[in-house]
Amino acid sequence: MAVGNWELTDQHQTLLSVDRLTTVFDTPHGIVRAVSDVSFHVSAGETLCLVGESGSGKSITALSIIRLLPPGGRVLAGRIVFDGRNVLDLRDREMQAIRGAKIGFVFQEPMTALNPVFTIGNQIEETLTVHGLVRGRDARAQAVDWLRAVGVPEPERRAREYPHQLSGGLRQRALIALALACRPALLIADEPTTALDATVQAQVLELLRDLRQRFGLAMLLVTHDLGVVAEMADRVAVMLGGRIVEEAPVRELFHEPRHPYTRTLLAAASGDVRQMEPGG
Amino acid sequence: MALVEVRGLTKDFARPGPLFGPAPIVRAVDGVSFDIERGETLGLVGESGSGKTTTGRCVLRLIEPTAGEVRYDGTNVMSLSAGELRRLRRHMQIVFQDPYSSLNPRMRAGDIVEEPLIVHRVGDRDSRRARVRELFELVGLDPDLGLRRPADFSGGQRQRIGIARALALNPSFVVADEPVSSLDAPVQAQVVGLFVDLQRKLGLTYLFIAHDLRLVERICTRVAVMYGGRIVEIGDAGAIFRAPRHPYTKALLSAAPVPDPDARRQRIVLDADAFDRTSPLREIAPGHMAAI
Repeated sequence: MAVGNWELTDQHQTLLSVDRLTTVFDTPHGIVRAVSDVSFHVSAGETLCLVGESGSGKSITALSIIRLLPPGGRVLAGRIVFDGRNVLDLRDREMQAIRGAKIGFVFQEPMTALNPVFTIGNQIEETLTVHGLVRGRDARAQAVDWLRAVGVPEPERRAREYPHQLSGGLRQRALIALALACRPALLIADEPTTALDATVQAQVLELLRDLRQRFGLAMLLVTHDLGVVAEMADRVAVMLGGRIVEEAPVRELFHEPRHPYTRTLLAAASGDVRQMEPGG
Repeated sequence: MALVEVRGLTKDFARPGPLFGPAPIVRAVDGVSFDIERGETLGLVGESGSGKTTTGRCVLRLIEPTAGEVRYDGTNVMSLSAGELRRLRRHMQIVFQDPYSSLNPRMRAGDIVEEPLIVHRVGDRDSRRARVRELFELVGLDPDLGLRRPADFSGGQRQRIGIARALALNPSFVVADEPVSSLDAPVQAQVVGLFVDLQRKLGLTYLFIAHDLRLVERICTRVAVMYGGRIVEIGDAGAIFRAPRHPYTKALLSAAPVPDPDARRQRIVLDADAFDRTSPLREIAPGHMAAI
């Protein structure tokens, strides 16, 4: 089965399924569970939003999937099947071939995710070349095209710049360009627009919606912003304390939230704070 | 008379330039004027780099403006000596954006809140301790937590400590510089609720700096929109949100994601060439000004 690189998209095939995932951290005080028994799936062309507060386990869930857990973290139990294979069984080399090429990812801190000693253009070219998609002058041209596609002004000039020369918004867009350059089947994005200004955020979300429309890009979007959820999600999974407490299609979740925590989140996002009692 | 009057506030920063020769100048705030009436909340919105934080700090003279005038209750803040300014600071306080870096991690929460009272020589040890307990209760914290250090508190609780500290001297005017933007949504709502509550109880006047428009809509009486160091639109919150006039305000309002999957979205893309960035503010309706 060929997924990714945007040649083939079957809109209904399950691309990613996470089954009873439990991720723990070994600490001096013993084992701490960050993710407990979490299951969900993402189909081709679909956007699943993972919602929750900091510490709810949503980022660790995302990192478990691409096997980039921080030191001390490990998957204790469960299966993560992407493109028909359990990624937890893959060798590091096989995982590297998937990471970047079939699963693109964008993290929250664009300064740490980019290599400070290479230009933005170099880093996009490197990804394209490593995964054997294009090389040489074509790689440079595609890198510039991607920077233009994510709304970086003067992409030819910016491609020759280093991460520290870009503003936060431009860095985040460069990172999204990097994540999309290999035309992955799945984009995992952890708060991709949180650090951006409202108008830039709107542009980036627009771009992601456009890519989903045109190429059937599937997305696992980790966010705490229910405004972003309402604009992007097909389905929503709400996380609390390392577990998914509710999962529903986006309209159902907003109109008929079942779990008390989901109701709290919705009230916080749209309720009138004049009516809210200070507390907690 | 307005409690705070700002006229022609301007701040230039020197950017690191070539080794020799003059450093290039960046005008972060460019001739900003506004009034804040007693007991009202003026929201200052704009994107990063628009000059909103610099404006807030210049109003308190935490950084020295390059030009312009700030009057607090009729007093010209810019002409005060250091000692006079320190005395005035009892009335003008600030809550910072990041409750993680703005609290000294080595100090106990109670000492952090007490510090302004010591600096301004208010009361004796016992009365200060009593005041600290009172402040903890005021912001919804257990007074017995005063012996803990910032690391023992959650983000929302830390911001409450920052608020208690800002209120220690009983100020009338508080600049809140993105006070909830680093907090999770439900905690944001609680802390915003606290700001509203405190205003009602203590009759505070706020300059509330934010980039989240939904938040501003909920708590502000009036709103000033900044773009490129200038105010491009100012007026009653209701008027700005219902009928924005400046192209930038329109783009900004249309960009905010709406937490409703059925909302009709019509995004207005900002065309930076479509408006004259030098055009002055003019009154387009009573109390509503736009630079168009």
